[in-house]
Amino acid sequence: MSALAPSLPPTGTAARVLHFRDVAKAFPDGTVALEGVDLDIRRGEFVTVVGPSGCGKSTLLRIASGLSPATSGTAEMDAQRIGYVFQDATLLPWRSVLRNVQLLAELHGISKTQTNQAARDAIELVGLEGHEKKLPRALSGGMKMRASLARSLTLDPDLFLFDEPFGALDEITRERLNDELIRLFHAKGFGALFITHSVSEAVYMSTRVLVMSGRPGHIVDTFDIPFGPDRTPELRFTPEFAELAGKVSSALRSGHS
Amino acid sequence: MTTTVQSAGTTPGEMATAAPAPARRRKRRGTLVDVAAPLAILAVLIGIWYAITYLVLEPGKRFLMPPPQDVITEAFLDGAAMERITAALAQTITVSFTGLAIAIVIGMAWAVVMSQARSAERSLFPYAVALQCIPILALVPLIGFWFGYGFPARTIVCVLIALFPIVSNTLFGLQSVDRGMHELFTLHGAGRLTRLFKLQFPAAMPAIFAGLRISAGLSVVGAIVGDVFFKQGTPGLGILLDNFRARLQGPELFATILVAAALGIAVFLLFGWLGRLAVGRWYDQSRDPA
Repeated sequence: MSALAPSLPPTGTAARVLHFRDVAKAFPDGTVALEGVDLDIRRGEFVTVVGPSGCGKSTLLRIASGLSPATSGTAEMDAQRIGYVFQDATLLPWRSVLRNVQLLAELHGISKTQTNQAARDAIELVGLEGHEKKLPRALSGGMKMRASLARSLTLDPDLFLFDEPFGALDEITRERLNDELIRLFHAKGFGALFITHSVSEAVYMSTRVLVMSGRPGHIVDTFDIPFGPDRTPELRFTPEFAELAGKVSSALRSGHS
Repeated sequence: MTTTVQSAGTTPGEMATAAPAPARRRKRRGTLVDVAAPLAILAVLIGIWYAITYLVLEPGKRFLMPPPQDVITEAFLDGAAMERITAALAQTITVSFTGLAIAIVIGMAWAVVMSQARSAERSLFPYAVALQCIPILALVPLIGFWFGYGFPARTIVCVLIALFPIVSNTLFGLQSVDRGMHELFTLHGAGRLTRLFKLQFPAAMPAIFAGLRISAGLSVVGAIVGDVFFKQGTPGLGILLDNFRARLQGPELFATILVAAALGIAVFLLFGWLGRLAVGRWYDQSRDPA
């Protein structure tokens, strides 16, 4: 199979979790942050939006989550439960890892006894077992992000939104977390919308990459990523990967100029 | 017992627990300097005290600054004087802690109301600032005029003096929560009360305790000020200070001042300790200014 031939978009058997049609967002001061954005995400799709700072990527995510309404167009979230991973780990500093991971279930009014197992499973999934009683201040940046991931995993979300979650981490930690997130994605099969400004991260993680450009924010190009679920770090050094990353980069540059 | 310790000391498992020992020793040396340096300053201050008493003041005027040993023998070791001082101390503690407790309840409620809506903050915060700007001493005669000169009036003075740091620090604390954390709570459908009790109050605790420490000190000031002013009813430290001054009882006056100072310091330390107990586990108070 030629890695460069764009694979067909997954045909619609899996449940659609996010649907954007002609979405626009203008702020009260008149700035148009987004214009004409079309986007569909089904379960089992990992969609990454890559673009320069200030191009409206985060606005897109905020609309998807419902934190901020679209000014016009249709933005529908069909997920029962969503996970949202912020740029910061946003852990409550006075709660232990376990109690932080239990927080969302607590907010949804699910009893602790019911969620205890889910929380422990999630902690194990992200490799934090043995650190349950630690406070966030005792964790490294990468471990904080794992705890933040585990927190969202307890809800078993249909749609996972990521706002440049690994941007503040060093490259080694970041690549390791990339691999773990891919593993989680294939194990759980949620739909994901991932924001990043790293082309390499975008190509490595995704089933589809959207390139965004700013003023106003719009999608300039879409790339289907042909690599299967068994991605290993060596993939980053294959010619196929390099060529795809090159294409995404040049789309980014031409959109930016 | 000893044998277990000795034999365990050779296992690798025990090495790990033994490792922090050098650090602990270093810390103890640090605290020795921490204690010695202020003690040296204290010695200098007492030296200055003696110098003033014996070198500056003529013998006839030494009641203005009696030497430390007179303060000890004539006041601290004098049964009748100490009885009066401890009774007054108890009265002052009762007044200041009652005032502080009321100030905490009112101050936190005030801050919570302000934190719930921008309009509430806009309409109520100027009055918190006004409370801080009005010289409370100017209100003391009015308070006496309305409420008499007893316990209620003195407590009200305490409340007025201690209120502002609690209001402002609680409000600051409640509003200090990161936007990301608020959004996390919004995304997962948290209501106002959940947000307040699971997010804002815990996040505000360091600021609240910083405010409490200031307010606790102020409530002692308030109790003594109320005392000095009202001069009637059960004597607190303020009334006693005024009596000793009026009767030129220098040693007793100095002893009472030292007791009042010790009370202020004890209250400051007590609330510092309570704060560390409450939030020290996750919040590093050494980053606080002051």
